[in-house]
Amino acid sequence: MSPKTLYDKIWDAHVAHEAEDGTCLLYIDRHLVHEVTSPQAFEGLRMTNRKVRAPDKTIAVPDHNVPTTPGRNDPKNMTEDSAIQVAALDRNAKEFGIHYYPVSDVRQGIVHIVGPEQGWTLPGMTVVCGDSHTATHGAFGALAHGIGTSEVEHVLATQTLIQKKSKNMKVEITGKLAPGVTAKDITLSVIGKTGTAGGTGYVIEYCGEAIRDLSMEGRMTVCNMAIEGGARAGLIAPDEKTYEYCMGRPHAPKGAQWEAALAWWKTLYSDDDAHWDLVITIKGEDIAPVVTWGTSPEDVLPITANVPSADDFEGGKVGAAQRSLDYMGLTPGTPLTDIEIDTVFIGSCTNGRIEDLRAAAEILKGKKIKDGLRAMIVPGSGLVRAQAEEEGLADIFKEAGFEWRLAGCSMCLAMNPDQLAEGERCVSTSNRNFEGRQGYKGRTHLVSPGMAAAAALTGRLTDVREVM
Amino acid sequence: MDKFETLTGIAAPMPLVNIDTDMIIPKQFLKTIKRSGLGANLFDEMRFDRQGNEIPDFVLNQDAYRSAEIIVAGDNFGCGSSREHAPWAIKDFGIRCVISTSFADIFYNNCFKNGILPIVLPEEAVDLLMKDAEKGANARMTIDLEAQTVTASDGETFSFDVDPFRKRCLIEGLDDIGLTMEKAASIDTFEAQASQARPWV
Repeated sequence: MSPKTLYDKIWDAHVAHEAEDGTCLLYIDRHLVHEVTSPQAFEGLRMTNRKVRAPDKTIAVPDHNVPTTPGRNDPKNMTEDSAIQVAALDRNAKEFGIHYYPVSDVRQGIVHIVGPEQGWTLPGMTVVCGDSHTATHGAFGALAHGIGTSEVEHVLATQTLIQKKSKNMKVEITGKLAPGVTAKDITLSVIGKTGTAGGTGYVIEYCGEAIRDLSMEGRMTVCNMAIEGGARAGLIAPDEKTYEYCMGRPHAPKGAQWEAALAWWKTLYSDDDAHWDLVITIKGEDIAPVVTWGTSPEDVLPITANVPSADDFEGGKVGAAQRSLDYMGLTPGTPLTDIEIDTVFIGSCTNGRIEDLRAAAEILKGKKIKDGLRAMIVPGSGLVRAQAEEEGLADIFKEAGFEWRLAGCSMCLAMNPDQLAEGERCVSTSNRNFEGRQGYKGRTHLVSPGMAAAAALTGRLTDVREVM
Repeated sequence: MDKFETLTGIAAPMPLVNIDTDMIIPKQFLKTIKRSGLGANLFDEMRFDRQGNEIPDFVLNQDAYRSAEIIVAGDNFGCGSSREHAPWAIKDFGIRCVISTSFADIFYNNCFKNGILPIVLPEEAVDLLMKDAEKGANARMTIDLEAQTVTASDGETFSFDVDPFRKRCLIEGLDDIGLTMEKAASIDTFEAQASQARPWV
């Protein structure tokens, strides 16, 4: 048998039909659904009298729109259009008989946190969702990617996607990470190196000692941002940490089925002599705590650097860099650590898991945030929130001056009331620093949870190593 | 789905690289449960100030480009979110074709589901077409999907690649779901085999 990559193996195990031109129907094991990108798809089914083919493999949760403040179970406490979308998901979930975690359920949260948490996401699966950060689930060695609403409807109706295979890229992070350097710094540094279009046409497999050393939470952070590098999906081969994470989760297999699953999962790795279309290697030791300065996730610099000038770039990026500098209100040559901030947001499908909250609490313990700063922590799910309360993290955050919110996407994309005001500057653990992403004319600097906590203490971009 | 065969129209130049889905349609317009009506908010934050007045510098606010049907864009157009609201807004505005050196994967897929043709061309070709587009309303480009060509206003022609299956779907206006349902027997067979091999799924 010819050697295969992990991606090749998962792909081959899911081809339900292949046409002569190589167009495949890829079978989908898990379809995650949220309220923003699904109403038109369900409406399409209704108009054509189609059913959901596999309701038992379809899981819905409202996350993008939901307020993160108390009283949100009452639709009156949502804006009218948000309430309509959430109500539409309620109705569609009931009518089509799919699994559903309503806002009132303690298990509700960001779809990409709920899926793994409930054991829906397992190694070797194909997972899709009408959301680009579906890449997150690749941390389990599942082929997971975002789709548009037409494709949501296609998967609902047929449990397949029309696909052509992507190319294979290996991103190897060798050696150990230095203290203060996290999964977020890895994934941002990779994008800083390859650019936001560097992964276009590829599925990335992340490997190497520094990746193996990461917890499942850290691996989810890395894969989450594969999309920001342009890749269709990011993958990490499953190992003991993966199995341990999955074992005992509500929808993970049990008993003999667990053993059978485990036996297959152990075959899910890239063969030594598999073909790679592109290989990128980064030394773990060379990765610093990083921050984004501009309005593209590729605008990454070590926290010790200075704001660049447009002249530092080439081609179309010169104009884009100047536009970013103007938008961000930054002067070239300014040390990044001199940049003062207004808001700190810790949360999102990138960094809203328990380990992220522990990392922030570690920095904040017994300290107070800078006067006048707005700081909020939005746990990724109701269960993450409950665990953080049990571990005493919530008390640390509240005593430090953070708002302790309910679960949702929140200020990552600001579809709910959590938004930046015009000109406000935010240090955020989310995934996109696009213009207007966190609010009209809001300014976003992407960082790790530790770096966000450090910035909350000083009121400016801060090297986490100074407060560790 | 609307067919796409040929198109002759005005092309708007948008040389900025990494035009993302938040620029194409900001999130406040995602709170709709319909596919229609988003053209009014296409490129909203670049196109209008907070009072809803047009920003005169923005290309689609200039008289020469108000009825543009083509966009010539900088690298990596459509990066970011999976929101199909982006192609819905583009289509609703009246744009049927976007030309760039590269597109983000999900956006690219979404275009084909909505009768929009995204064309990838080498940098030199995009640069020439960008200059052509900058000539304004007198510069009408022609796209011929069957022949896989873009013809600039001066007659210069560029060939592009497109996946044969997607090309057929666009030219014939085919419904993906209907096509896949014709293969239901293959899906049934696969599902039965997979549930034996991986019963835990």
